[in-house]
Amino acid sequence: MNGLFSELFISSLVSGGVIAGIPLIYAGLGEAISERAGVLNVGLEGMMLGGAYGGFVGALHFQSTWFGLMCGGLTGMVISLLMVVLCVRLNSNQIVVGIAITLGAEGVTALLHGAIYGDSYPRVPTAHPYAIPLLSEIPIIGPGFFNHHVSAYFAVACVFFVSWVLKSTGIGLSIKAAGDQPHALEAAGGGVHRTRTIAVLSTGLLAGLGGAFIVLVGAGLFVPFVTNGKGFIAIVLAMLVRGRVKWIIVASVLFGMSLSLTTALQLAGVDVPIDLVLMLPFVLIIVVLFAFGRRSYLPAALALPYDREQR
Amino acid sequence: MSAPHDGTTVALAEHKSQTESRLERVSRSMTNALIPVVGAFIIGGLLLAVLGRNPFAFYGNVIDHGLIGSLGRQETLIRMAPLLLIAAGLMIAFPAGIWNLGTDGQYVMGGVIVAALGPELAPHVSGFVLFTILFIAGFVVAAIWSLIPAILKAWYGINEIISTLMLTFIGLRFSAFLVKEYFYDRETTVPQTRVLAVADRLPRMFSSRVHIGLIVGLVAVIAVHFVMRNTAFGLRLRIVGMNPKAAIHAGMNMKVLTLAIFTLSAGFAGLAAAVNISGVDGVVRAEWNPAVGLLVVPLVFLARFHAASVIVFIAAFAVFKVGGESASRKADIPNFMVLFMVGLLLIFMALGEYMQLRSSRKHQS
Amino acid sequence: MVLASEITPTVELIGITKAYPGVVANSDIHLTLLPGEVHSLLGENGAGKSTLIGILSGMVQPDAGEIRINGKTVRIHSPRDALERGIGTVYQHSLLVPTLTVLDNLLLGVDQGWKLGREMAMARLHELATLLDVEIDPSSIVGDLALGQRQQVEIVRALWRGEGVLILDEPTSMLTPQGAEKLVQVVRRLVSKGLAVVFITHKLSEALDLGDRVTVLRRGKIVGEVTPDELHNKSRLQVTDEVLKMIFGEKSDASQGTSATQLSDTAGETFRVDHVSVKGDGPHPVLDEVSFALKRGEILGIAGIDGNGQKELAEVLAGQRRVDNGEIILEDLSIQHLSIAARQAKGLRYVTDDRHGEGMVGPLSIALNVVLKRVGEAPFWRWSFVRHGAIREFARKLINDHDVRTPHEEVAISTLSGGNMQKVILARELALAPQVVVYNKPTYGLDARTTAIVLARIADQARAGVTTVFISTELSEIVAICHRVAVMYRGQLSEPISVRPGIELQLGALMTGSTAV
Repeated sequence: MNGLFSELFISSLVSGGVIAGIPLIYAGLGEAISERAGVLNVGLEGMMLGGAYGGFVGALHFQSTWFGLMCGGLTGMVISLLMVVLCVRLNSNQIVVGIAITLGAEGVTALLHGAIYGDSYPRVPTAHPYAIPLLSEIPIIGPGFFNHHVSAYFAVACVFFVSWVLKSTGIGLSIKAAGDQPHALEAAGGGVHRTRTIAVLSTGLLAGLGGAFIVLVGAGLFVPFVTNGKGFIAIVLAMLVRGRVKWIIVASVLFGMSLSLTTALQLAGVDVPIDLVLMLPFVLIIVVLFAFGRRSYLPAALALPYDREQR
Repeated sequence: MSAPHDGTTVALAEHKSQTESRLERVSRSMTNALIPVVGAFIIGGLLLAVLGRNPFAFYGNVIDHGLIGSLGRQETLIRMAPLLLIAAGLMIAFPAGIWNLGTDGQYVMGGVIVAALGPELAPHVSGFVLFTILFIAGFVVAAIWSLIPAILKAWYGINEIISTLMLTFIGLRFSAFLVKEYFYDRETTVPQTRVLAVADRLPRMFSSRVHIGLIVGLVAVIAVHFVMRNTAFGLRLRIVGMNPKAAIHAGMNMKVLTLAIFTLSAGFAGLAAAVNISGVDGVVRAEWNPAVGLLVVPLVFLARFHAASVIVFIAAFAVFKVGGESASRKADIPNFMVLFMVGLLLIFMALGEYMQLRSSRKHQS
Repeated sequence: MVLASEITPTVELIGITKAYPGVVANSDIHLTLLPGEVHSLLGENGAGKSTLIGILSGMVQPDAGEIRINGKTVRIHSPRDALERGIGTVYQHSLLVPTLTVLDNLLLGVDQGWKLGREMAMARLHELATLLDVEIDPSSIVGDLALGQRQQVEIVRALWRGEGVLILDEPTSMLTPQGAEKLVQVVRRLVSKGLAVVFITHKLSEALDLGDRVTVLRRGKIVGEVTPDELHNKSRLQVTDEVLKMIFGEKSDASQGTSATQLSDTAGETFRVDHVSVKGDGPHPVLDEVSFALKRGEILGIAGIDGNGQKELAEVLAGQRRVDNGEIILEDLSIQHLSIAARQAKGLRYVTDDRHGEGMVGPLSIALNVVLKRVGEAPFWRWSFVRHGAIREFARKLINDHDVRTPHEEVAISTLSGGNMQKVILARELALAPQVVVYNKPTYGLDARTTAIVLARIADQARAGVTTVFISTELSEIVAICHRVAVMYRGQLSEPISVRPGIELQLGALMTGSTAV
């Protein structure tokens, strides 16, 4: 256990945790918005995957990380449009549609990638990190936390922005009401469908950004199923922190660290079965669900379609 | 959380049963099922065309290699066996309102134990006894694995969608760990279990490669259909699915029923693995992930939990899966067409459900 | 007195019609709302009151007809539209978001800009609170407020964007007599300021007490009106008689039906509840040392305002909720640890107040709902296999005995009307020798005729020796059929007292927790 507390181990754990955690922040934040508005978005994994592929193609085409991220966000939004039409407007079962989006996105991205880039496996342009002055010079943890691509800091900014929107704006109030008492929102003259549409589109945008981040900043290239269950983890994170959006940051980075633990352990030369370590984040989710995730955490109207003339 | 089939759909179905003849009902349900399938094929074809492949040639190859060619047809029948068993499990869980999305994990956990156990037992017991033990082992191990989400759901009200999905990820890793650490075959370089000798595998039928697992699968689907519709137990499960509060009010023991639903549903997934391993695979590799469970979900819905329709859709799916592999190779695209098509199928199903509901509302007024 | 024709009506409805599949909810409705007047809208359940409110408040679009506001023809497209035109509605079931504060609830849907105008909202709230003469704390969470206070918040919200018309849908159904008194004061104040108030109710006495004008709806049509002049000049008895004729058609018989019969002194004690307590999530126990004892054939009424532990008591008796302390004894046998099914087998039955939620399985047939609590039992199942013949025969008999109106027993129960659903549920619970039956609001949502039938059936059963716990929020029902009555207040049950005429006031006091009368 000689290397377990070495500087290398800690900084690679932190840095890896942040890289793995940022996509969770984006996607978890998106899911939190949907869930507050009463839409359970099981298609998050698919939206992330779509964003990952869209971001990959965009970054290759424009040779720019930023354009890539934009394309990723847009792709996620376009996919979430399916959820808007089917679940918000036509009242289809949110879970069936969510699974459909995930399966379809897995299939189509793997197919397109294989057919177009399957022989060349191109890499996207490198996303250069920006070290925040002073903070990044903190010994041991400084570089791990504060030396990343700007889009990582942007994720944190998004959380604060959304938190402010939910607390202090009209649309924020509407989102909370659409999840807790949609009829009250409608009776007060707000629009449940419009509110949920905005919420789901924001989810798509954020999930797409998260997916694009994985490819453009994290991995550097696209491979099929690159999101590897992160969408599902993000759903659970959103359920756990709901109401206290800012906690998404802490929860995501902690889970990110447990995801990056294998690499860090290998670097530190510790010999544990890799499969058990890879299992850890998912076990952690079950444990956290067990400890905190009781039913009372969910909005009253979650996953229920809204029909104005039916009560 | 809404149940897999919401009340309206069921009410619609029950309502219709009074006014329509049996023939009308069958033909209507077939058209209702056919429209999503056609829609998925059209969009899938468009994607192929975008990729510069000829969709007609692709679909032609699918039929050719999955259904018409003798080898392909046998392969299709072989593939159907585990799929039917997974479907049988879902035909228990979904009408009971339990979203068991963890069949992949349950399948792999059952499979690993069966693969480890088979070659050990084969020299000592043979034939019928061996297969009985392996089937029971697969069933029981998967059932035990499902106790985790079952207990979380029954005692702590924790949503099973999340827990079963997470347990799939865990199960895949855990089984890989088991293979690498305990069950590996010392005589090979890749981490995998010992191989069940071909002579010790399930008996074959009609002088073909098709083993009797197909019969097991067919019997399971039909038996589940019968139990769900004609026994007190089946009615209890359906009541739990349609209105859990009414089930409690009527004095049903929800905890016991929830455990029963999970373990039976998962057990069939474990049995599926046992059948497939003792029938064709004979071995489990460390990074094994068949990933079929989630794909069976829409088929079971599309069939509205009806045995005959389930068998038809599983057969069609197997044709597409087997044929799709060859067709993808010929078209030089990766083998993910099936995944995409199933996603499309689900989306068109959701659309179809809406159309049906709307037309029936219009019809009433 | 000003003649109606001289002032511009605030709202005029002309020929409003709305049809749903199978029913015409509103047929050619003409209604005029005048400023400074309380207009009572009276009718049974299903008479079309809710649809009419829906149309006025923008929730429902009429198929035909015209709406005029202050003389101008308008279309009300959405609730928002209605609010902006000064039409505010307080719905029967609270439509506030329980997790938000009072102020945020008031801002909901109003302020679609980026930043919420909380300061301006405070000023407006103050203004309206003064108008209503009530005190409202803007920062309290709505879920923590008492029902009467919530209703005041709802009134404020209804008037938020303009004070024109206030629609009150069954506003007293959740209130104590004292809370209702406060509401009347608020309404009087509002009409004195020139608002038009629509007061929807199915209680005749309330409609006459509060209304300046009464309109009666039946089967989607307006069947009569009592003008202010008539209300002034005729005797109360005369008006009541006329209105009853309007509501029920010519034969008005539904008023007083049954009353409790004398209990024989020799009847033995069959059912005893001894210091039963249930803790619950909050700081206060949900049930606090509840005790009572019943003789065979006795009906104990349990009165109280909704949410004081009645539902929990019913569930504890039925076995759907765990007892933390105390004992329940049926025929000398402790049953508090028995399962729901075991208690059923001992002859204990529970008629739930939540018909749709837990009392039935909507998509299943009437026949299967009739045997819902006997799944797997002989003769309906043998060796666990269903015997449709036996079930259908049993169902046909019950349908016949209880006069359930349905084409046949294989119809999905969700297609029945509320009254017929309740008859099916009663039939199920009363079949096969019940000993003790617990009723929780068995007439909730039923029309007067079905209510009378249900009450008569309960009294009949008691006469035949069934011991009965009858939970209701309608004091008139309790007085009509119960031998004794006790009141639930914050989880505590008062000492049961014998029912006698004029007991209502005493019960009303107990319902609000004041002990002295």
